[in-house]
Amino acid sequence: MTASLEPVIAVTRFGLGARPQELQAAANDPRGWLKSQIRKQGADQPKGPLPDTPDRVATLFTLRGEIKDLKREKSYSEMKPEDFKGERKDIILPMLEGVRDEIFARTVLAAQTAAPFRERWALFWANHFTVSSSKLQSAVLCGPFEREAIRPNVFGRFEDLLIASSTHPGMLVYLDQAQSAGPNSLAGQLRDMGLNENLAREIMELHTVGADAGYTQADVTEFARALTGFSVGAKRDSRSEQGRFLYRSLLHEPGTRKIMGKTYADRGMDLAMHVLKDLAAHPKTAEHISRKLAAYFVADEPPSSLIGKLKTSFLETQGDLSALAETLIDAPEAWQPEAQKFKTPYEFIVSGYRAAGGAPADPQKEVVLPLTVLGQRPFASPQPNGWSDAASDWAAPGAMVKRLTWASRFAEYYAPQSTSPVDAALSALGERVSGSLRTALTRAESRTEAFAILLMSPEFQRR
Amino acid sequence: MSKTQISRRHVLTLCAGIGVTFLANPTFALTAMAKRKLVVIVCRGAMDGLSVAVPIDDKNYPNLRGDIVIPAKDTLKLDSDFGLHPKLDGLYALAKAGQARIAPAVAIPERIRSHFEAQDLLESGGAHLYSVSTGWLNRTLLSLAPGSATSALSVGAQEPLILRGKAQVQSWSPGGRMTDEMDRIATVLQDLYKSDPLLGPAFASGLSTEMTAEELGGDQTFQPRAVKKFATTTAKFLTKEGGPSIAVFSLDGFDTHANQGSSDGQLAIRLKLLDDVITGLHEGLGNVWKDTVLIAVTEFGRTARVNGTRGTDHGTASTMILAGGALKKGGIIGDWPTLADSKLFENRDLAPTLDVRQVFKSVLADHIGVDRKALETTIFPDSLTMAAVSGLVA
Repeated sequence: MTASLEPVIAVTRFGLGARPQELQAAANDPRGWLKSQIRKQGADQPKGPLPDTPDRVATLFTLRGEIKDLKREKSYSEMKPEDFKGERKDIILPMLEGVRDEIFARTVLAAQTAAPFRERWALFWANHFTVSSSKLQSAVLCGPFEREAIRPNVFGRFEDLLIASSTHPGMLVYLDQAQSAGPNSLAGQLRDMGLNENLAREIMELHTVGADAGYTQADVTEFARALTGFSVGAKRDSRSEQGRFLYRSLLHEPGTRKIMGKTYADRGMDLAMHVLKDLAAHPKTAEHISRKLAAYFVADEPPSSLIGKLKTSFLETQGDLSALAETLIDAPEAWQPEAQKFKTPYEFIVSGYRAAGGAPADPQKEVVLPLTVLGQRPFASPQPNGWSDAASDWAAPGAMVKRLTWASRFAEYYAPQSTSPVDAALSALGERVSGSLRTALTRAESRTEAFAILLMSPEFQRR
Repeated sequence: MSKTQISRRHVLTLCAGIGVTFLANPTFALTAMAKRKLVVIVCRGAMDGLSVAVPIDDKNYPNLRGDIVIPAKDTLKLDSDFGLHPKLDGLYALAKAGQARIAPAVAIPERIRSHFEAQDLLESGGAHLYSVSTGWLNRTLLSLAPGSATSALSVGAQEPLILRGKAQVQSWSPGGRMTDEMDRIATVLQDLYKSDPLLGPAFASGLSTEMTAEELGGDQTFQPRAVKKFATTTAKFLTKEGGPSIAVFSLDGFDTHANQGSSDGQLAIRLKLLDDVITGLHEGLGNVWKDTVLIAVTEFGRTARVNGTRGTDHGTASTMILAGGALKKGGIIGDWPTLADSKLFENRDLAPTLDVRQVFKSVLADHIGVDRKALETTIFPDSLTMAAVSGLVA
């Protein structure tokens, strides 16, 4: 391989696109530069102030009745502050704006971070454990979920990440676990409550072993029974429990459970924890995660040898995610010269800011609106499998025109004014800049036009 | 509960001799076909068929559904057996005019309960999961005679699998407006993309569709959830001279595991959006509606019983909706398996009596004029045993 392509591969394929001077920082030792970004304490946190889960839930409690009325008529994305009366407005407005603040803070972090591999790694896990804003309750918890359950755990053990996700109020609310009750539990017997299998199924299918692991409907139902009791502290609970994970033995389905051929004795909450640990350690989980990671970083159809290396690392280290990241960096398959991944809208916009050496300033106009138009508003994945990162999903004809619209407007404000267009291209793409792109940039009528061409070039659209 | 009237209608078709005229005059057939429009709405997240077409005469329905039952008196009665959800009033008006029908118990070829695998199977048209990697509507385009000028449009920011494949399709969503400066940049980009097999064709197609959208006029600003506007703009594309024959929409949010609601509530909101899309297309298509078939379909249905959180979990059979002026008037499509305990699939779901491909094939053959052989081999491989339902298209 051409040694001189390695820096640009490090900053675009592993990172989020070069900021000015970043290529030089990575040039000396691209692998070392990436590995230095791995750290046990996890990913960076977006800059706040951003309220944590109990605060968010407390606000929801205050508004409960009114939200119920409103939800009869509208879905979350249609809710507007003016729909609420009087002083309630003063509560709902910050709440709706709060979701926007989360999206903005995280995008600014991605645009500015000097550890872009760490951030790309965190974004993978945030998407793997999707909590989406399809309901108001989960909408206000998407940001806190990512900050509290995901970011601190992305370089720890997979098992801990899985447990953090599966016990966070955001996930419990999003996948309807919080109210699930065993039919033979006290609550199931006395009150009109019963089983909900949504979280159980998605943990198996999406978070761990994957749909082809050979489990049956009976396994899903049994796992759903095992998870009963996983809940969130409500208004009637003590103050210290409100808005936090709460195990309610009243909801727990008594009895032993048989899941994927293994029998689990009933030890209340420990039963489900035991199942989660077994799922985390399952070879099918290692394979599922490895395939997905390889596709996310390297190619829509990744080489099977790379998947194999990742899987071996995952199994040998009992799911040590730092070791997994190092394995990825060390794998020659991850450094193939050809850029095979087409950027998702979020990656495209973030890399645009990075190429300009800037960061968005207006949450609505610069972040939420363009990402909504391009079809990838953060925290709004339409389904619990999260966003696709495959070119076939994003390189549609209409989408290319939207990218051009965004790029030409963005360039009006952010085109670098103190360098030549060719130097700006070299700073973003290094050795990737082709002869034809160079020619097009020198012929452009203005720096603005040249920068838009750079952002839309085949070299910049891929990583 | 009733059996369908398929076989009876089939006989009627033959007696009327419509089929004969059609076959005897291929030129007429070709020109007539060229005007035909097909709209497919993919309802993602598993739409609860029992709430779309409520089986009001099935005595097991109220017991199974508990809190989320939709009272018969609230439904819009199609016949003595089924009533539409109260939010589907636009669809109901069409049904009363003989321009909408339901198939109450359809399913994809394999019994799977993963949304994502099931959507793959629904959209790929394969007999088995992962047996085909492109979409059946794309392969439909490839099967049509070269020069038939049939093309397809995907509406939305992402391209759905059902349209993916070798044939270049158009895609459009609001918010793309071109300016003079952008025209200049676009020219440069077309040169940079000329040897790029992915971006080159996509960009060229996108530019031409955007130009059409601007010619068509109207308000092109972006508003999330303004689905009716999406629908009317789609109708403008379809009615334009030389416009696409096929359009695809996605509606999401049908995964109602908790607090599903009944006549009102979470699912009702979604069904209202679906009704808005259908109504928007009906209004926007104007004269072309008489040459249109619209299919609204989901990956699978939901459990027959309400779950412990006033919702429903992943099930099997669901309702498919057919609408359009080109439909033949008739009752429900396919048999009703009933909700009797012994009839439920795996003692939990409505059992399917029709395979989605039996309806798709019928519409493609009789409405779009797709060759029978292509239907059995390339478009829906290994589907010989799944015979097309007859008599759906007038």
